[in-house]
Amino acid sequence: MVTLKINDQEVKVAEGTTVLEAAKKLGVIIPTLCNHPDLCVAGNCRVCVVEQKGARTLIAACAMPVSEGMDIHTNSLKVRNARKHIVELLLSEHRADCTKCYKNQKCELQTLANEYSFGEHLFLDLVEGHAYNIDRSSPSFTKDDSKCIRCQRCVRTCAQLQHVSAIAVANKGAHMKISSFHDRPMSHVVCTNCGQCVNRCPTGALTEKTYIDQVWDAIYDKDRHVVVQTAPAVRVALGEDLGYDPGERVTGKMVTALRQLGFDSVLDTDFTADLTIIEEGTELLSRLKKVLVDKDNSTALPMFTSCSPGWIKFIEHKYPDMLPNLSTCKSPQQMFGALAKTFYAKKRNLDPAKVISVSIMPCTAKKYEADRPEMRSSGYKDIDFVLTTRELAVMIKQAGIDFRTLEPSHYDSIMGTSTGAAVIFGATGGVMEAALRTAYELVTGKPVPFKNLNITPVRGMEGVKEATVKIEGTTEEWRFLEGAELKVAIAHGLVNANKVAKAVSSGKASYHFIEIMACPGGCIGGGGQPIPTNAVVRQKRMDAIYSEDMHMDLRKSHENPEVVAIYEEFLEKPNGHKSHELLHTHYVAREAY
Amino acid sequence: MENKGLTKVDLIFESIDIRKVMTKAFEMTSEEIINEILESGLKGRGGAGFPTGLKWKYTAAEKEPEKYIVCNADEGEPGTFKDREILDRVVYKVYGGMAIAGRAMGAKKGFIYLRGEYRFLLPQLFLELHKFHKMISEIGYDFNIEYRMGSGAYICGEESALFESIEGFRGEPRNKPPYPTVSGLFSKPTSINNVETLVTAVMIIDKGAGEYVKLGTKDSRGSKVFSISGDTPIPGIFELELGMTVQEFVNEFGDGDTKAVQVGGASGFCVPRKKFAETIIGFEGVPTGGSMKLFNSSRSMYNVLHNYLDFFTEESCGQCTPCRVGCQQLLKGVEKVKKGEAKSTYLNELVKLADTMKVASKCGLGQSVGNAFKSIVENFREEIIY
Amino acid sequence: MYQTDNMVKELADKHGRKRESLMPILQDIVKKYNYLTDDAMVAVATELDISAAEVYGTASFYTFLDTEERGKNVIRVCKTITCSMKGKNDIVGTIEDILKIKVGGTTPDRMFTLLETNCIGWCHKAPAMLVNDMPYTDLTPETVIDVIKGYMRK
Repeated sequence: MVTLKINDQEVKVAEGTTVLEAAKKLGVIIPTLCNHPDLCVAGNCRVCVVEQKGARTLIAACAMPVSEGMDIHTNSLKVRNARKHIVELLLSEHRADCTKCYKNQKCELQTLANEYSFGEHLFLDLVEGHAYNIDRSSPSFTKDDSKCIRCQRCVRTCAQLQHVSAIAVANKGAHMKISSFHDRPMSHVVCTNCGQCVNRCPTGALTEKTYIDQVWDAIYDKDRHVVVQTAPAVRVALGEDLGYDPGERVTGKMVTALRQLGFDSVLDTDFTADLTIIEEGTELLSRLKKVLVDKDNSTALPMFTSCSPGWIKFIEHKYPDMLPNLSTCKSPQQMFGALAKTFYAKKRNLDPAKVISVSIMPCTAKKYEADRPEMRSSGYKDIDFVLTTRELAVMIKQAGIDFRTLEPSHYDSIMGTSTGAAVIFGATGGVMEAALRTAYELVTGKPVPFKNLNITPVRGMEGVKEATVKIEGTTEEWRFLEGAELKVAIAHGLVNANKVAKAVSSGKASYHFIEIMACPGGCIGGGGQPIPTNAVVRQKRMDAIYSEDMHMDLRKSHENPEVVAIYEEFLEKPNGHKSHELLHTHYVAREAY
Repeated sequence: MENKGLTKVDLIFESIDIRKVMTKAFEMTSEEIINEILESGLKGRGGAGFPTGLKWKYTAAEKEPEKYIVCNADEGEPGTFKDREILDRVVYKVYGGMAIAGRAMGAKKGFIYLRGEYRFLLPQLFLELHKFHKMISEIGYDFNIEYRMGSGAYICGEESALFESIEGFRGEPRNKPPYPTVSGLFSKPTSINNVETLVTAVMIIDKGAGEYVKLGTKDSRGSKVFSISGDTPIPGIFELELGMTVQEFVNEFGDGDTKAVQVGGASGFCVPRKKFAETIIGFEGVPTGGSMKLFNSSRSMYNVLHNYLDFFTEESCGQCTPCRVGCQQLLKGVEKVKKGEAKSTYLNELVKLADTMKVASKCGLGQSVGNAFKSIVENFREEIIY
Repeated sequence: MYQTDNMVKELADKHGRKRESLMPILQDIVKKYNYLTDDAMVAVATELDISAAEVYGTASFYTFLDTEERGKNVIRVCKTITCSMKGKNDIVGTIEDILKIKVGGTTPDRMFTLLETNCIGWCHKAPAMLVNDMPYTDLTPETVIDVIKGYMRK
């Protein structure tokens, strides 16, 4: 243990603790900007400088480990002057059109400016002197270099959490900037659109591309029938942007709010999550059969899940050889979209051309996914607009809805009924658990042998999880699987996905089925979720997801009565002709940069 | 303060029997070598002036079996060219210093990071290296030197930026601690020394610390190679004993009309005529890595300052706020004042900003921009404004 | 493209495929082709298993690792203080006149690119410049013409 003094208060902390952490322990707040709990220390914004008695210079609290007898002052005149200068310098290179900015009042630089810089600016405006670029090429987000303060959170996110490095630091000195490969548009580089950088950007330099106005237009258009679907992870996070603590489940209030916003039908992505389990589970079993019984070498195993559009784009860029290993199932969002303009429109006696389908997603990559040319199997754009959790919160605020006082209500039907298996799609391991609950039962006629159906080995925040399920007591049809050990793996965050993909690609791994989610923690930690998102917040959202599951009457996808009905009425059978037309897709090999 | 006057010496470039020195060093223990350097009082010749003996002692004390000796030949400080001259004329002494350092610290591998601007020297340096490797292996040394090239980035002269560059990254200085002696190149204990420091170490081993301490002053032991340029009739390389005043220096090298001397390059201090007599060149006065630039009264100190600020604005790595943005503000700020678009009192704000850069920047580059800025603005305020 | 890939492969065989091999590889490409083409950077990224943006980000940090097209002979005139004081502008002006390009430009025949650079360590023999790796010092408008003409004849 190390003893030091901060603002004349003594504190004892473990060796290796930073001054910043030690101060936090004492309740002393030191402002930070480049620092983010998910990322390595950078120490480059210098906002956290503090005075160490006897030191020649100020020190960056985030990067300085404590040492015995340190005497730190966080609010001396020297510190205040320096900090004010630093905030002023950052403001001088930042296009401060705050009232027009999407991040207005949610901007960390603005918060600091509020504390340290009011009245006349000290320094010259440097923004005009730079030929800044605003890159609007991605359907998921906008990169506005004139608002960038070079904290490099985005660069560290893309490298450390996602192993993508679609953006890196380029040039030096006054020309230093965050750049894609040779300044190419973000739509034409290896970017997965995961939005993790957007979630961590302290300013308005990286923001999701917003479609709020388009959705309002559709809602107010009397000729349109606007359906909305909500992803599993939205219900456990939306509250954070509306004044609730992380981990509050607000499903019923959210449904009411969506209805009050004017959507014609409030439906649930969880319905197609259940459908995904049937389609994907059937696909897995049929692949296993082809390999084990038919000895068909052309069938690719292991099979990767395909729900996460960030992961899809990652594998398309980085491991194009493994595209046959991807499940051909569309994501639940896209399955929903395809059905909304076919099955749903028909049932509701609507002209599909007049149906607008909107989805609320924890994700920015879903905006890109909806734009993919493959996603028009209904004959229309299957999903018209994708809004993030954050955008929905904005709409609720715009509409003047007092969220706390809303009476909870239920999703509409049809395509609004779901099970606990679907809701856990929102957390890493959830798709695997849902698939196992159904596949095991399909093959053996018995529920998975785990207490309360909770398959705990596939749960949790570990980067890569592995499990083996022994299949015993199979029914006649699945006898070929008797005694087989189904090996599964789960990875979340593309840095972990890459580890698994590399192991598979080099033949070092012998899995059958692998669940991959692009974002840390799975969709609960998605790029479109409320800011801040960090390990503590992700854990609370995850706990809420599993609690949501436990509170559901039905917890196995194959027991969803609407799923059973849609096969009887419309799809005929899993992996059947109609399914293939509407619910499955194909992938494209992409360039390596 | 001790004033030794101006004395020319010839130790760095004199030819020596390197085999003899290397054999002598081979027979010394690690402790003996380090003690000799400690006793000599040698301070780093790159500019920062950290005691070389201590650096070696700390690195030697690390338990890690793999350690590195790095020679900093990324001589980029405007006005400095002595390392090029040393490499050109007596590179075997540089190699010798590295091998001795390796022996003292238990390192078997050395890297020389040579600035890209000096690439033309390589063929000859390789030839000498080949001879040197052969010679020390005959003596019994287990030490090997490799070259790594820079590619035009002043900041790579900062030690941790230099490591980043060798490791294949952008030359961005690291957070310290950890210091290089604990975690340097490839995160291993590393002693990084300037070209001239290594040569001086060879000299100390050869002649003994006792001889060496006879040169210079208490705070600035020994002699130093100076790179002299600007308004002087005799620009070039001169080895001088430390401890002279700027006046003595100007008497020898000035053109009779010297109004200012920039000591230590763009990151050093500007000494105006009125302070020539009271300013000692050395660690007790104005330190220098060797760069001495003389300006006569025909020169505009605004132009000098503008040139330096332009240099830093381009050569800052750009990662930390005070340096990246501060340099631009100082540059644009003096331009505005000069054009009359900002009040002359704006210079006071800029001086305060320079103070912030000095205490809040991540590395020595940002911390030293204020040196030239403040010393020029404070001494030549009229020239900046009008 | 195929040629670039092969060249980069050979360089990776020579210098290795670790991150620390990046600078030597990029330096060798520049030595041979005067600058880094996009194809070359992508090929290096592939060989070293790092992202292309990382390769570009690293290259663009270093003044001599040009990522924009350069001529066969890259002239870098020192613009730092002593060279500026001793007539850098005349040298640049002379070169601009004979090559009919401005600083930053490349001749249409792609023989020359004219750039300014920071201190190259020849302040005592100012003004100075580099043509590729070779330093030329104590320049006058007359001598610089000879130097350039020499390269024209090569």
